[in-house]
Amino acid sequence: MSGRMVRFIIAREVRLAWSGGGLWLPILFFLAVAVLFPFAVGPDPKLLVRTGGGIIWIAALLASLLPIDRLLAEDRAMGVIDQFSVRGLAEEYFAAAKIAGHWLGFAPPLLLATVVASALMGLPQDRLFVLLLGLIIATPALAALAVLAASLTMGIKGGAALSGLIVLPLAIPVLIFGAGAIGDNAGGALKFLAALSLLLTALCPFAAGAAIRAGRE
Amino acid sequence: MNALGLASQVGISNTGIKGEIKSEAVLLSAERLAVVRGGRVLLSGVDLSLCAGGAVVLAGVNGVGKSSLLRVLAGLIPVFAGELTVNAALALSDENPALDVDLPLARALHFWAAMDGPDPAGRVATALADLNISHLAEVPVRILSTGQRRRAGLARVLASGAPIWLLDEPGNGLDRESLRALGHVIAAHRAAGGAVIIATHFDLPVEDASVMLLKPAQEAAA
Repeated sequence: MSGRMVRFIIAREVRLAWSGGGLWLPILFFLAVAVLFPFAVGPDPKLLVRTGGGIIWIAALLASLLPIDRLLAEDRAMGVIDQFSVRGLAEEYFAAAKIAGHWLGFAPPLLLATVVASALMGLPQDRLFVLLLGLIIATPALAALAVLAASLTMGIKGGAALSGLIVLPLAIPVLIFGAGAIGDNAGGALKFLAALSLLLTALCPFAAGAAIRAGRE
Repeated sequence: MNALGLASQVGISNTGIKGEIKSEAVLLSAERLAVVRGGRVLLSGVDLSLCAGGAVVLAGVNGVGKSSLLRVLAGLIPVFAGELTVNAALALSDENPALDVDLPLARALHFWAAMDGPDPAGRVATALADLNISHLAEVPVRILSTGQRRRAGLARVLASGAPIWLLDEPGNGLDRESLRALGHVIAAHRAAGGAVIIATHFDLPVEDASVMLLKPAQEAAA
C-alpha cells in the first residue's frame, strides 16, 4: 500500500514540476549565472576554463534552492500531507517520495542546462564529462537537502530565505568534492561525493519526516 | 427530494465499502483520551465508541478542541494519554480540500480515488452526483467558491470508500440545498454500514446521532 502511494507522490511531483512552470525558473537562473560570469571576469578563455567548472557548481547549488518554497508549503497548507498520513503513510515515506519526485523533475533539465553552460564557457569535453558525472551523483543529495529545508521551514513566513541558510552549510562538502573532481584527482573526489550523496539522501527522509510530524503540533 | 435521496443511496452502495462490516461492529473506540495541542491539555477523559451505522456529533464552544480531537482520531496528532483503537479505514474532511488547485475537480478527486481502490472514475462520478456538483467536474479547483470547495472535500471523502468519515464542520459555507444533500449522503453511508464523527457548531440534518458536548479539560476536572 505504501509503495503504491509512493508511486503516486512521485508521479504527482514530476507532473507539478513540468506543468506548473516552477521548473524553468531555477534552470533559467542557472543559465543566467553561466552567461553573466564571463562578463564579470572577462573573456580570457584560459581563465574561463580554469574557473568555469567551479562557477557551474555554485550556480547548480543556488538553483537548487529556488524550488524549496514550493516543495512542501502548499501541500501542507492544502492538507495534502495530512491526507497521506490519514491513509497510513509514514511521513518518512512521504519525504522519500518527495525527494525522488523532486530529483526526477529537477535533475534532467539541470544536466541539459549544464551542457549549454559549459559550452558558453568553452569548457573542454573531458571537463564537461566530469562535471555531468559529478552532478548526476550530487543531485539526489541536493534534492534531499531541499526537501529537508522545505520540511523545516514550511510553516514559517519568509521561510525561503531561511531554507537557503539551512541548505548552504550542509551542501559545503558536496561543493568541495563536486568541484574538486574537476581537478586532477577526479576518481577520489567522485567516490567521496558518492558516499556523501548516499549519506544525505538516506538520512534526509528521516529528518524531514520528523519535521513534518513536529510541524503539526 | 425523494428522488435525490434514492439516487444517493444507490450511489453509495455502488461505491463499495472496504472490508466486511458486521452490524454493531465497533469501528472506532477511544477510552479516556487526552488531547494536547501546543503543550496545552485541551480535552481529557474522552470516551467514544463508534459502531457500524453510527453517528457521533461533537459539539462545544469554539476552540474547545473539536478539530484537534478529530485530528487525534485521524492519527495526525499523537495520542497523549488513553487508548485509541481504529478498526477500519478513515477519511477526513476538514477546512482543506487537499486537491490540486490547477486540475479540474474530477481529475483532482481521481488522484485520491485511484489510491483508495478500484474503479476510481466511477466512484468520483457517483460522489460528485451525490453532492450535486457533477456540473463542476471540469472546473479547475482554483476557481471554486468556498461552499463548492467544501463540497469538493466532502466528495473526496465519499469517493474514498472508507467506512469511517471524520467531518470537521462539514456544513460551513453550504447552502440549504447542499446541507440537505449532505444529510442524505451521510444517511446513505450509515445505511451501508459506515459511520461518521462530525464536529459542528450548528445543527445538521443527521438522524439519531449521539451528541457529545465537549468541555475544556480544566472545567471537566473541576
